[in-house]
Amino acid sequence: MSLVEALFGLLGLVALGSAVLVVTTRQLVHAALWLVVTLGSIAGCYLLLSAEFVAWVQVLIYVGAVVVLLLFGLMLTQAPIGVSADLDGPPMQRVAAAVVALGLAGIVVVAAVEAFGGERIRLGDDRVAGSSASAGAALFRAWVLPFEVLSVLLLAALVGAIVLSRRDIGGGEGARD
Amino acid sequence: MPLLMPVLLSSLLFCIGIYGVLARRNAILVLMAVELMLNAVNVNLVAFDVWLRDELLAGQVFTLFVITIAAAEVGLGLAIILLVFRNRETTQLDRLDDLHDPAGRHEAHDADGSAVRR
Repeated sequence: MSLVEALFGLLGLVALGSAVLVVTTRQLVHAALWLVVTLGSIAGCYLLLSAEFVAWVQVLIYVGAVVVLLLFGLMLTQAPIGVSADLDGPPMQRVAAAVVALGLAGIVVVAAVEAFGGERIRLGDDRVAGSSASAGAALFRAWVLPFEVLSVLLLAALVGAIVLSRRDIGGGEGARD
Repeated sequence: MPLLMPVLLSSLLFCIGIYGVLARRNAILVLMAVELMLNAVNVNLVAFDVWLRDELLAGQVFTLFVITIAAAEVGLGLAIILLVFRNRETTQLDRLDDLHDPAGRHEAHDADGSAVRR
């Protein structure tokens, strides 16, 4: 096992462990902080897979922006600090969720082992597949139209979020009280 | 590196996300679990892109698109959750049940389309 594989396994285990903590912890703010650990170690996995640009975008947008947004959401909905008992559904719901998740995990893992058991990713030859130069060239040559469409989508999401959260615009009685 | 390593990582991450979506009842925690599922898909996209050595970097570019859409989704989702909290003073998903059918009071429609209360 090479160094890259060992590091990838380690980061993967960290990501999985902290993801389990995200969905099981009983403190709201801790869930957001464990999410930082998960997303950060996934960014490390991208680096090891030679996808540099995606890794840094992951750090900037997910760890930087999305988690801060989630923390703001927790703050604005007056989330309690400390242990709260009502984050999970009733025990039956949790058991059902665990059964669904474990069943799906079994199916997908068996299918993946059957399909890709012997395949290997060849890393570490002359070019870096995901450097900023090659990612930028691909993004602005082959994928420039979807990129522009995505900017319109972001604008729509921005306008939508503003309309939803301002009280003085938009119709309906809920907006005016 | 065996292709199985990132593929297994992403499938297990996706299943953890599914557990989170199904088991949690706080709306923001459900959003976090959705983020976990989106990240699992991203790991898959990057791994297969590197495995296939795609000239157009389709997998990595789609990962960037998914990250962008996830950011938009979180922004809108949090705006909706804040609006719900402002109107209802709660973010517990199982208490937002205004649209569900009350037990034993199903509305049926007969042949001419008018509602009949059973």
